[in-house]
Amino acid sequence: MATATKNKLVQWGPAEVKSALLEKYPPKVGRKRAKQIMINEALQNETPELTANVRTIPGIITMRGCTYAGCKGVIMGPTRDIVNLVHGPIGCSFYAWLTRRNQTDAGPTGENYMNYCFSTDMQEQDIIFGGEKKLAQAIQEAYDLFHPKSIAVFATCPVGLIGDDIHTVSKNMKEKFGDCNVYAFSCEGYKGVSQSAGHHIANNQVFRHLVGQNDEVKPGKYKINLLGEYNIGGDGFEIDRIFKKCGITCISTFSGNSTYDQFASSHTADLNAVMCHRSINYVADMMETKYGIPWVKVNFIGAKATAKSLRKIAEYFGEKELIDTVEKVIAEEMPGVEAALAEITPRTENKTVMMFVGGSRAHHYKELFDELKMKTISAGYEFGHEDDYEGRQVLPNIKLDADSRNIEELEVEPDETRFKPRKSDKEMKALDKAGYKFKQYDGLAADMDKGTLIIDDLNQYEAEKLVELMKPDLFCAGIKEKYSIQKLGVPMKQLHSYDSGGPYAGFLGAVNFYQEIDRLVNSKVWGYMKAPWQKNPQLSGSFAWE
Amino acid sequence: MLLRHTPTEITERTALTINPAKTCQPIGAMYAALGIHGCLPHSHGSQGCCAYHRSALTRHYKEPVSASTSSFTEGASVFGGQANMLQAINNIFTVYNPEVIAIHTTCLSETIGDDLPQIKKKAVAEGKVPEGRYLISASTPSYAGSHVTGFSNMVKAMAGMAEPTGKKNGKVNIIPGWVEPADMEEIKRITGMIGVKTILFPDTSGVLNGPLSGEYKMFPDGGTTVAELKSTGDSKGTLALGEWCSADAARELDKQHKVPCSVLDMPFGLMATDRFIDALRTIAGVSIPDVIVNERGQLVDMISDMHQYLYGKKVALVGDPDQLIAMTEFLVSMDMKPIHIVTGTPGKKFEKRIKELTKEMGREVNVKAKGDMFLLHQWIKNEPVDLIIGNTYCKYIARDEDIPYVRWGFPILDRQGHQYFPTVGYKGGLRLLEKILGVLLDRKDRDDSESKFELVL
Repeated sequence: MATATKNKLVQWGPAEVKSALLEKYPPKVGRKRAKQIMINEALQNETPELTANVRTIPGIITMRGCTYAGCKGVIMGPTRDIVNLVHGPIGCSFYAWLTRRNQTDAGPTGENYMNYCFSTDMQEQDIIFGGEKKLAQAIQEAYDLFHPKSIAVFATCPVGLIGDDIHTVSKNMKEKFGDCNVYAFSCEGYKGVSQSAGHHIANNQVFRHLVGQNDEVKPGKYKINLLGEYNIGGDGFEIDRIFKKCGITCISTFSGNSTYDQFASSHTADLNAVMCHRSINYVADMMETKYGIPWVKVNFIGAKATAKSLRKIAEYFGEKELIDTVEKVIAEEMPGVEAALAEITPRTENKTVMMFVGGSRAHHYKELFDELKMKTISAGYEFGHEDDYEGRQVLPNIKLDADSRNIEELEVEPDETRFKPRKSDKEMKALDKAGYKFKQYDGLAADMDKGTLIIDDLNQYEAEKLVELMKPDLFCAGIKEKYSIQKLGVPMKQLHSYDSGGPYAGFLGAVNFYQEIDRLVNSKVWGYMKAPWQKNPQLSGSFAWE
Repeated sequence: MLLRHTPTEITERTALTINPAKTCQPIGAMYAALGIHGCLPHSHGSQGCCAYHRSALTRHYKEPVSASTSSFTEGASVFGGQANMLQAINNIFTVYNPEVIAIHTTCLSETIGDDLPQIKKKAVAEGKVPEGRYLISASTPSYAGSHVTGFSNMVKAMAGMAEPTGKKNGKVNIIPGWVEPADMEEIKRITGMIGVKTILFPDTSGVLNGPLSGEYKMFPDGGTTVAELKSTGDSKGTLALGEWCSADAARELDKQHKVPCSVLDMPFGLMATDRFIDALRTIAGVSIPDVIVNERGQLVDMISDMHQYLYGKKVALVGDPDQLIAMTEFLVSMDMKPIHIVTGTPGKKFEKRIKELTKEMGREVNVKAKGDMFLLHQWIKNEPVDLIIGNTYCKYIARDEDIPYVRWGFPILDRQGHQYFPTVGYKGGLRLLEKILGVLLDRKDRDDSESKFELVL
C-alpha cells in the first residue's frame, strides 16, 4: 500500500473517491459495494438510497462481528447481577470477557458477576451427543456457587447446529430453583449479518423475561428509562450525575451499569429516552404498545446535544419546576464547556475526521466534532440499517430479506392491567402543536454535509484507500482498524472502547473528549514518521566535514 | 473485591468453566499463519470468530492483524460453506494478492462438516488460485484442544509445504512455538551468533512488531518465506521447541521426509536455554562462542546476587503448557516454589511433567491441565503465594489478594513491551528475573516498617 499522500478533498471529488474505492474489486463485488457507498445529498429521502444491513462479502476483510457479540457482548454484558453463561466452546466466552469495558458500580448489594467468565466449554462429545445435560449441570453449578437472582444462557454457533434446546433447559432450571430467573438467547453467531441481529435477539428476551417483573413503584419524580446507553468509559455515570442534578429519576438504563431489578421495574417509567436508535428502537416501540410509555430520541454525546436532550425531556413532563432546574443545570455546566472550547477550538478548527463505528455512534460523535469545528468528511456504520442512515420515514420501504426474517419479531399487545397512556389526548395534541416529535429519528445523512461520503460496512481495503486519498486529520473506528490506520501516519481514535478513555457523554464528558481530540490531532508523534536523513536524502553520500 | 463471589471452599465442577485459562483453536492458527511471509490468515466460518481473534491479537501485539473470513450466515450454515470459500479465495487474490492463504476452520464449519482439502482442490481446479500462490489449511474446531493446539495444527500445515529436492540445504529447522515476535528475533540472534544456518517457522518478528513510518503494509517484510518452508524438507534436522506447540510439525517432517527431529522445552530460563544451545552445538557440530558463555554467566550471576530474595518464595502460575513447563523449571532452579499451576489446555502429560520438575521441591504442588483461573484463585485463597505469573486476567486475582504479579504469556492486553523484549534465552532470562525481582522488592519496600526500610538491597 502506498504512503498516504498530501492529497486533500479539494483534489479529490467524492465521485472520484468512490470510483477509486471500487476500482480493484471483481465486478460483482464492485457492484454490491457501489450500493453501500452514498455521496450525500443532504436530503431526506423517502425511499432508501443506501443499501445497508446486508451480508458482508466472503474474503473481504470486514469490520463486523457476529450476532453473539451483539447479544452477549453489547446488550447483556453490562448487566452486573446476572450470571451470563455461554453455552459453547470456550472461545466465544473468552473473547467477550471484560473486553467491552463495561464499567459498573456494584452498589450496596455488591452483587457483580461482570468480572467472571462463564462457559460450558463444549467438547467434541457434547457436539456429537448433544450438550443439554452439560448445560443443565452448568446452570446448577452456577446456582449452587453464587445463588444469583438470574442466569442468562447464550447459544453459540454449534449449539444451533446440533439443536440443543436451551430454552427448555433454562425453563426447567428456573422452575426447579424457584428463586432464580433463567432464560436463554438463541444468538448463534451465524444468524443475521452483523451484531445488529444480536441486539434484537437480546432485547426481545429482555422484554419477554425481565421487563415488567416488578410492579413496585419506585420513589422519585420525572421517571424515565434511558435506552441504548452502554456505559462505555463511564458515559452512563456522567449521564446519571446530570439526571440526578436535574431531579430526573432514571428507573433503568438499557443496559449500562444495569441490574436485574432495573429491567424488571422499567415499565413503571413515564418516558423512554432512546440513545442508540439502532440497537434498541424496537424495545421503545414494544414498551409503548404494551405499557403506553412514549419515546423520544435523545443524544447525550456533545454538550449542546446534552442540553437539547435535557430540554426535550423537561418539555415532555411540562412542569415548570423541572424546566427551571434543567435550565439552571445547563447554565451551571455550560461555562466550563465553553471555556474548554475557546481554548481548544483554534487548534481543531477545520480539521477533518472520518468515523466508522456502530449503528448510531458515528452520528452521535458528529455532534462533538461539530462543537470542535471539525469537518466530518466521511462516515458510516458498521452494522446500521437504512433507517439509521436516512431516517425512520424509510422504514416502510425497507425490504425484508432472508437474513432479517430469521430474527424473531415479538407480537406485542397492550397489557390488560398495566397499560396506561402517560399523557391525555389533549396533552399529546398540545405537545404536537408545539412541534414536539415523538419516535422520530432523521438519521445520519440529514446531518452530514453535501458531498460527503456515507459508507456502510466499510472494510479494511476501503479504509486504507480513503485515508490515502483524503488524508483526514483523524480516523475513528475500532481496535481492528487502529494500527493499520496509524501506520499510515494518521491518528486513530477508537469509538467503541474509547482507547481506555472516557467518559465522553454529558458536559464533563464533552470537555474530556475535546481534550482527547486536541491531544490526538496535535500530537508531536505524527511528525516523527521520517528520520532527518529520510527527509533530506540529497545530503546522503557527501561528508559535511570534508 | 473484583472477584468477591469466589468462595474459598473448593467444590467439584463437572460442567461449568469459570475464568478459563485457555481460548479456542482458531486464534492460535491465525497467529501462527501471520508468521509466514505474505500470508493472509482466513477463518472459515461466520465473521464473528475472525473479528474476535483479530481483536484479541491486535490488543496483545498492538499491531495491525489482517485476516479474512468466509462470512457464513444461516444459508451457508445449512447448505455448506463451499460457495463462500470459493468466492472468498477469488476476492482475496483479486483485492489483497497474498502469497499464501492459510485457512483454518471454526466450530461452525467443522460441525457442518465442510471438507477443506476438497474445497481447496476445487478452487485450484477452477483456476481460482493464481500461479505461484498457495492455499494451506488446518482443522481447528473450537470444541477440541485450545489456542495452543490450534497453533500447533497450523504449524503442522506449514510443515506440509515442504518439497524436498533431494539436495540438503545445510540448515536446521527451528520451530519456536507460540512465543512473542521478540522471542523469535532472539532465537535468530542466538543461532546467528553460534553460526548455525536455520529456517525458523513460524516467524512473526518483523510482522507483529513493526515500525511506525507512515507506511502500512498488509504483508510486512517479516515472516518465513514460502521458499524457506519448501526447503524445510531438505534440512539437516528439526528442533521443535515445546511438545504442545511444535512437536507435531517436527514429527510430520520426520515422517514425510525423514528430517530427524528433537523435541526440546521452550528455552525460557537457565536450564532449558542450556539444553537448546547444547542441541544446536551438537547438531551443527560447532563450538559455542564466548559471547554466549558470557551471557549465560551473567544470568547465573544475577541469580546468585539476588538469591536471598527469591529463595523459598511461593508462586502461582497460569498459562500455556510449553511455557509453564520451562517457567516451573526456572523457578525451581532458583529455589523458588511454584505451588499452584494451571493450564486450560488439556493433556495429562502436563501434570506428570510438572510433578517431575517439582519433585525435589519437598512438597506437593497443585497442578491441573484443563483447569481454570477460578480454581487457581481458590487454591491461592487456601494457600497464599508471594507471586503470580500469568496473563493479563491475573490482575484481578493479584489485586483482590494483594499479591505481586508478573505479566507473562498470552494475552497481555494492558501492558506494552512483550512484543519488543524477549524472555527466551539467557538475555530473556535476565529480563524475566528482573521483572520477578522488581515486583518482589517493590512489595518488600512497601511492606517494610520504617526502621526496616533500607536504601541498599
